[in-house]
Amino acid sequence: MSPTIPFLLAFGLGLIGWLAARSRAWVLRKEVGGKQALHSLPGYHGWYVALWAAVPAIMFALAWNALSPALIYDKVLASPGAASLPAFGIERDSILAEARNIAEGHALAAFNPAANALVQPFRDALNHYGTIGVIVTLLLGFAAGAYAFTRLRAQFPARTRVERSIMLILLLASLVATLTTFGILASLIFETARFFNFVNPADFLFGTHWGPDPMAEPGPNLGDRYGALPLFWGTIYIGAIIAMIVAIPLGLMSAIYLTQYATPTVRRWMKPLLEILAGVPTVVYGYFAALTVAPAIRDFGHSIGIASASSESALAAGIVMGIMIIPFVSSMADDSISAVPQAMRDGSLAMGATTSETIRRVLIPAALPGIVAGIMLAVSRAIGETMIVVMAAGATARLTANPFESMTTVTFQIVAMLTGEGSFDHPATLSAFALGMVLFLVTLMLNFIALRVVKRFREAYE
Amino acid sequence: MNNPPSRTAERTAKRIKQRYRQERLFKAVGMGAVLFSALVLAFLLWTMTSNGIGGFQRAEMRFPVDLAGSVLNIEASQLSGPGAMQALEAAGLPDVVELAATKAAGAQAASELEDGAWRELGAKLIADPTLLQRTLDVSLPVTDDLAGALRGDSHRELAPLAAQLEKNGSLVTAWDLGFLTRSDATGPQAVGIWGALKGSILTMLVTLGLAFPIGVLSAVYLEEYAPKNRWTEFIEVSINNLAAVPSIIFGLLGLAVFLWIFPNFRSAPLIGGMTLALMTMPVIVISGRNAIKAVPPSIRDAALAIGASRVQTVFHHVLPLALPGILTGTIIGMARALGETAPLLMIGMRAFVATPADGFTSPSSVLPVQIFLWSDEIDRGFVERTSAAIIILLLFLLVMNGLAIYLRNKFEKTW
Repeated sequence: MSPTIPFLLAFGLGLIGWLAARSRAWVLRKEVGGKQALHSLPGYHGWYVALWAAVPAIMFALAWNALSPALIYDKVLASPGAASLPAFGIERDSILAEARNIAEGHALAAFNPAANALVQPFRDALNHYGTIGVIVTLLLGFAAGAYAFTRLRAQFPARTRVERSIMLILLLASLVATLTTFGILASLIFETARFFNFVNPADFLFGTHWGPDPMAEPGPNLGDRYGALPLFWGTIYIGAIIAMIVAIPLGLMSAIYLTQYATPTVRRWMKPLLEILAGVPTVVYGYFAALTVAPAIRDFGHSIGIASASSESALAAGIVMGIMIIPFVSSMADDSISAVPQAMRDGSLAMGATTSETIRRVLIPAALPGIVAGIMLAVSRAIGETMIVVMAAGATARLTANPFESMTTVTFQIVAMLTGEGSFDHPATLSAFALGMVLFLVTLMLNFIALRVVKRFREAYE
Repeated sequence: MNNPPSRTAERTAKRIKQRYRQERLFKAVGMGAVLFSALVLAFLLWTMTSNGIGGFQRAEMRFPVDLAGSVLNIEASQLSGPGAMQALEAAGLPDVVELAATKAAGAQAASELEDGAWRELGAKLIADPTLLQRTLDVSLPVTDDLAGALRGDSHRELAPLAAQLEKNGSLVTAWDLGFLTRSDATGPQAVGIWGALKGSILTMLVTLGLAFPIGVLSAVYLEEYAPKNRWTEFIEVSINNLAAVPSIIFGLLGLAVFLWIFPNFRSAPLIGGMTLALMTMPVIVISGRNAIKAVPPSIRDAALAIGASRVQTVFHHVLPLALPGILTGTIIGMARALGETAPLLMIGMRAFVATPADGFTSPSSVLPVQIFLWSDEIDRGFVERTSAAIIILLLFLLVMNGLAIYLRNKFEKTW
């Protein structure tokens, strides 16, 4: 039985409730007589009953969908066919999954003959609990809808009630963002705490050797394997140094040219073009970096006599990341330059300064806080960027200043640790959450400071 | 020490000249910066297009198959229903195809025919059983090795064969429409994009279905009803922060929370869509709030003055007027989600999935992850296929952004 049936039933009940209550309201209106007879329009009576009929039923169906798999497994495991199952481990899980797939009709036959014995118990359990779910959903929806229906009177304030529940729904929707923030914090803190059971936080933050082995048995003295300093250095070197050396001049000069020099036509065409650069998916940049930029840089490195130039280099990842960030820096600089009062610019020009002198000596100093804040936001975006470094920066953690060598970053290691085959309880897997925690806190801090700076700067000219 | 006036004038003129030169230089540097960005974009697109053209093609062998005169022992009636392909296999279609290829191009060429190549002929026969009575000219895919030899970048030992077959016209590079309808496979000749595309579409549907209502409703709440207090401020701060959180963190959340609640739905579009919805929602909230803010207060005043309730005012008047702006923001947020890779890697959407997902809960791949997985392959054929997939992804993004710009221009009102 499909798990969507209870939901469809709940919606059907809601629809029936809506129609019934609306016609009931029309009848009431006729009985009492006159347009002013009802407190609320008939449609609101309809919605009132529909909400009562559908919402509890849907909530039950959701809860049942979450609960019933466990009940089904319990029932199947209690059946005689399950006695021969291996006690635990992957084989047991795969037999159960196979039997379930056949019972649900997703598969025709099992690879493992042990699964066949369990198909019938599964089918029975699915039917059993499916039927219970449908019946309870129907009963609940019907009872709640009937209760609401009996409350309908000519003077019943249906609109007030419906609007109150709409407000509740709005409030709940706005809470999702807060819940997400809490969810992120909670999951990061929880897993990081588990990681720190294995590894001392000081070793993690200040250690200089990174070489987790997801397959090794976690023993004592893990500290010297989980020193994340090379990762932090790689992240800063690629995201905050190389990328910014590319992005800041180009982004700033683009913004200056587009706001101060370009004709409206040029501006109209070039601004969207820069925005396209921001809209290209990062995986495309990553591929571009790995396919075109990295080999070119390696060859360049060899040609100027750097033998260690590798085909995955910090420089390739950093340059492409910088290009990706250009539109971001440019639009932030654009905003803050435009926010400088026109009078300051006019004053400078009236004194005989050329446009470039005005820009360099008046506009940029005045817009500097906004530009700095924009750069901080750009850095926070660059260090959180994943795909470019995964595809072009390499996996070796090393503390070096040579941009032609491969270098790894926090985001790369998060991906590497979590896409391997390691178990979820292993410190190597957990270290990804600790790295995520550091990344989250750093980006949060950068954003917080940047927004503060922007706010203060805006106030200064308003 | 006074200089004669002519000297001062000369110096001033020199300085002005120098200042004007600096001015021109500065302007040129600015123009250069803009041009550089434009050139990089052009170069990126050119690289992808020039590589990607080949990705829409494949190497095929052309030869006639005499079905009427063959040993194929099958009735037209067996060619319907789900077992038709097995029936054809049992009746010996693979051998018939190999024999025909041997006859036309030699044994070595026939052995370089892709393993499942006969299935393409089989599909044709199932679609039209009358073909069984005829001699057919077929174009079937060859192995990756021969394709590499034809391109001239690998398997040099097959190069003479490829050259000879190409010369007599039985080995050609042809447009491969099947690329759009097949799914992932192990060799570049056999891969297709449909499985990943379908996964992306399903994922985007989940994302849209969750992020749009929640985003719009919270925008309405925050902009129209929320009391100005600490709690509201806290909600606002958390939304603004979420918009700046790196996408990979959302992947960690999806891994730790969603996969913990639904352990059976690893790499399913449902989980991917939920994770991306959390990422997209702040974008929709922020653009939705701006759109709602842009609706002038006179609209609200007029509705309230003739007796509408606050809920009616917003849902009957303000929201419809703000909708184009909200939709523009939504499409831009969805376009970002469509190109997102890292959070989906976190929740396990990197498995090899050779069949398109048949629902929201079955394992699937998505377009950007497929690009990432193919980019790891060494075969030159995969470089072309990857670029072709990138072209398709970029086309989708172009259409979505074009739609957003169109909506903005067509419906945006300045009050």
